[in-house]
Amino acid sequence: MEILVCVKRVPTVGGAITLTADGQAVDTRMSGFTISPHEECAVEEAVRLVDRHGGSVTVVTLGPVEAEEQLRFCLSLGASKAVLLEACGAGEFGPIATASALASVAESGAFDLVLLGNEASDTGDYQVGIRLAHLLRQPVATGIKALSVAFDGVSGSVEAVSVEAAREYRGVSETFQLPLPAVVTVKEGINLPRYPSLPGRLRAKRASIERIPVQFAPEGLRMRTLRVPVAGQHTATVLGHGVDAVPDLVRVLGELGVLS
Amino acid sequence: MTEAPTRARAVIIGAGIVGNSLVHHLALLGWKDLVLVDKGPLPNPGGSTGHASNFIFPIEYSKMMFELTKDSTEQYQELGVFTESGGIEVARAPERMIELKRRVTQAKAWGIPAEHLTPEGVHKLVPYLDPSVILGGGYFPTVGVVDSLRAGTLMREKAQAAGALTVLSGTEVLDITTAADETGHERVRSVVTSAGEIRADNVVICCGVWSPRVARMAGARLPLTPIVHQMISVGPIALFAGTTGEISYPIVRDVDYGMYERQHGGDMEVGSYAHRPILIWADDIPSNEAAVLSPTELPFTQDDFDPQLEQALELMPELLGDEKAGTRYAINGLISMTPDGHPLLGEVPEVKGLWSAAASWIKEGPGCGRVVAELMSGRVPTVDVHEASAARFYPAARTAANTRDRAAEAFNKMYGIVHPREQYESTRPMRVSPLHERTAALGATYFETARWERPQWYATNEPLLDKYAGRLMERPAEWESRWWSPIINAEHLALRDGAGLVDLSAFTILDVTGPGALAGLQNLAVAQLDVPAGRVVYTSFLNEEGGIVADLTVMRLSSQAFRVVTGAADGARDAQWISDHLAAGAVLTDVTSAWATIGLWGPRAAAVMDDVLDEAEKRTRSAFPFGSISSVEIGGSVVLASRISYVGEYGWELHVPADQAGHLWDRLWDAGQPHGLVPVGIGVYGTTARLEKGYRAFGAELTPDFTLVEAGMTRPRVKAQAFIGKRAYLAQREARRSMSTAVLATLTVDSLVSADGTPRYAMGGEPVLSAEGSRLVDSRGRPSYVTSAGSGPSTGSHLLMAYLPARVSPVGTKLLVEYMGEQYPVTVASHGAVFDPSGSRMRG
Repeated sequence: MEILVCVKRVPTVGGAITLTADGQAVDTRMSGFTISPHEECAVEEAVRLVDRHGGSVTVVTLGPVEAEEQLRFCLSLGASKAVLLEACGAGEFGPIATASALASVAESGAFDLVLLGNEASDTGDYQVGIRLAHLLRQPVATGIKALSVAFDGVSGSVEAVSVEAAREYRGVSETFQLPLPAVVTVKEGINLPRYPSLPGRLRAKRASIERIPVQFAPEGLRMRTLRVPVAGQHTATVLGHGVDAVPDLVRVLGELGVLS
Repeated sequence: MTEAPTRARAVIIGAGIVGNSLVHHLALLGWKDLVLVDKGPLPNPGGSTGHASNFIFPIEYSKMMFELTKDSTEQYQELGVFTESGGIEVARAPERMIELKRRVTQAKAWGIPAEHLTPEGVHKLVPYLDPSVILGGGYFPTVGVVDSLRAGTLMREKAQAAGALTVLSGTEVLDITTAADETGHERVRSVVTSAGEIRADNVVICCGVWSPRVARMAGARLPLTPIVHQMISVGPIALFAGTTGEISYPIVRDVDYGMYERQHGGDMEVGSYAHRPILIWADDIPSNEAAVLSPTELPFTQDDFDPQLEQALELMPELLGDEKAGTRYAINGLISMTPDGHPLLGEVPEVKGLWSAAASWIKEGPGCGRVVAELMSGRVPTVDVHEASAARFYPAARTAANTRDRAAEAFNKMYGIVHPREQYESTRPMRVSPLHERTAALGATYFETARWERPQWYATNEPLLDKYAGRLMERPAEWESRWWSPIINAEHLALRDGAGLVDLSAFTILDVTGPGALAGLQNLAVAQLDVPAGRVVYTSFLNEEGGIVADLTVMRLSSQAFRVVTGAADGARDAQWISDHLAAGAVLTDVTSAWATIGLWGPRAAAVMDDVLDEAEKRTRSAFPFGSISSVEIGGSVVLASRISYVGEYGWELHVPADQAGHLWDRLWDAGQPHGLVPVGIGVYGTTARLEKGYRAFGAELTPDFTLVEAGMTRPRVKAQAFIGKRAYLAQREARRSMSTAVLATLTVDSLVSADGTPRYAMGGEPVLSAEGSRLVDSRGRPSYVTSAGSGPSTGSHLLMAYLPARVSPVGTKLLVEYMGEQYPVTVASHGAVFDPSGSRMRG
């Protein structure tokens, strides 16, 4: 089966976030870039599916040329093709433009399945997967933490016809069956992503990456400036030790409204 | 957060391997009221110690680095955190096979177990290495790995258990305050931390890559730069699944590709020194809070490492090529580098009470901690660390620009084949003599010392090669001919036949003046300095234990004015030593840049001098006896003429104000032409002429490890006045009759011919062996090795100097010297000069 995985170059975040002086970006000089953990899982899931059922994995990203670093990382994990939608012009692509650009790639190939992370770890719009499915007129399931493929007729058939996608929502397990082609956004926990092997990295290094320029078009939502919220001052009060602490503990729990 | 004490005897900043070791050794030496501060959490505050690969190769060309590494290894062993694994340096290129011969020979000099291995021999020890891609290996069985974080914790806890130490983790140093003391020197006053201000007599910077930033708080410059060393960890390695402990296979250094492979539990760590130099500013290191992994584990830049992957796969194809083994960890790890690769140990020159224990790696960390504790306690350090002195650099070499340029240049040489005379190329020229244009016009090849450009030999002397053909001791082997020219030996012969002009302007010149000048210098010098004005005295300075710490000349200009002349390489340290020990009433001024020095020596030097001196002065020339200084007029300049010599010929060191140096050079040049005067480089001055005369050089023969008695430099009498080291010196003189441990000798090489018939010339550092080929070690455990080596063109012999155990030191004793894995017969030729031993040429 042919799978397309959409990823995004995002700043790596350690603890405290520092911004550039102009407040327009996260200062990445000492932290670098990555893809979000959900997307790592999407790549891993795609690689496992083609390992099991045959086919190939293509990764695509919309971003600057530097995002080739993230594409090569995905290639080192087992993806076999990569497409860079090279963002041209000033301005950050919003979810509408992003979905539209991704749709052009998705439409150009006969993909059975498009996988995305549930949301990007920087902007957290939660929209691109759904918008992309809408543009492709395909069904979509989001927040998926288990995925399996069903085939037509006898086992060993090459024709994948549907996927079963499951997620947990507030303690309730939901399972969806989607006819293919379909779009699925996955969440961290669906699998444990592998580390790139040395031969994998060398293959990735040698791979060629297709570049398609995409012109920036402003849309409704625009980033004006970034601000790091002031961290709340958390203080801990020791209520006491042993049984002496019980009356105060009961009082605090009562104030919190957790006692019936 | 622990509240900071308001007072401490010493605040140690940085709880990496060095800071922890330092507090341990200070506590052992009886220090109390120590405070160890680190902004990070314990036991891993986030510095370079926390991501170190933690392996120790004992082999070093530098004796100091070997000794620091040896002491550190022993300390790790005592702490129970050392695991011996063995280590192999593999050769992929033919030149490396030769280099391995040099390394195994050097190991023999220091007494380090080492042997050569065939590719199959390497494969036997490292079954996952492909023997077909290597030519051989050098095996060092005592290589091992350590747990440096555990070692640090143990040492810190020992100091705490002794009641000597308060530890403040999570506490940031915000400022170091200083104030002028009674002598006018800046001195540390306090450390301002996020937990409060601590008044302190001593502050020690053990901050690794942050050190320059912390030093700046006190107004000091530490020449250290953070630089990236890339490392990845690949696993799980199937082969390692069955092994127990951290390491079961020897560490492999793939030196020709600048990397290493080291088992770490179930993973293989691959580290690289082959990628482009990636320098970081200390101010840009992220905080513990903002760092993704830790402040010194920066994001991995994959592109820089990619070439290494292919090379690593070539060496260990199956083990590293396993598709199931992934790169689980990859960092651009920050490490410290200095302009010359040595640590920065001791009191910094700008601020009293501010100490540096920085730029130490894991392999020498505990040793550095020990010596800095000893220095802080006013003791003579266990290891001679003058080459690591924090005061060894002049200001121009302590700059960020110089440090970064040199670190960038040296980074890729980490595993390189580095010639002992190899020159840095970046940021040159920096310090030039006022004669530079003239020497450049004469085709000088410059070598650098302490950022000074010094002419080594002159292309315009090439015609001398024909004149002296057959006596030039040419070097057909490329290795010894590198950074060398037969012109040096031709200049040498021309100097001995006629006269030579030597640009010595790189000398460090220090004026000591004032009513306390004599007393202050007397207290340092072994020689009597209370001489009449107009005399120059050659003297040593000693430490309290009688070890040699300086070797220089002192001119008495007047009753209260002395001028100290010392080598460029030693001047910054010597200035600190003098300044540290001068009492009130004496002022030290560095006048190096104000004075130029021209050496004029040779049998025709007197005639040249007669031609430039005014009539009146010419008549008094014969009244310039050896050891005198005279203020003379030459061509209208006032010149200080000092009748001494380091080349063994009649003549003068002529000291002239820098602005008139060219004028003096031209007068001498013109006058000298009829007398065969040639420009002569430092190749003659510092090596060939010196060695023929048996003159000892500081740092080579003269170090704190040896005494004046052993160096054969005792004077007939000991001056009545007190001086530092006198008690020890008297005891050394007394003991020489009963037990002599080592004797400095000049050896001549009897046959230079190697196995393939090529004459080979030892260059220094080689082991001196008995006639039977066994190592020579004196009764104090010090090995015999070549301290200096060079041509003796006037004697026709290749000359070596070495300290020998007394029993093999008599003149005529036959010994061997091992060079590049081959042994050459040598003979003890002299304990003094092999050329003109009576010194008649010099006295004139």
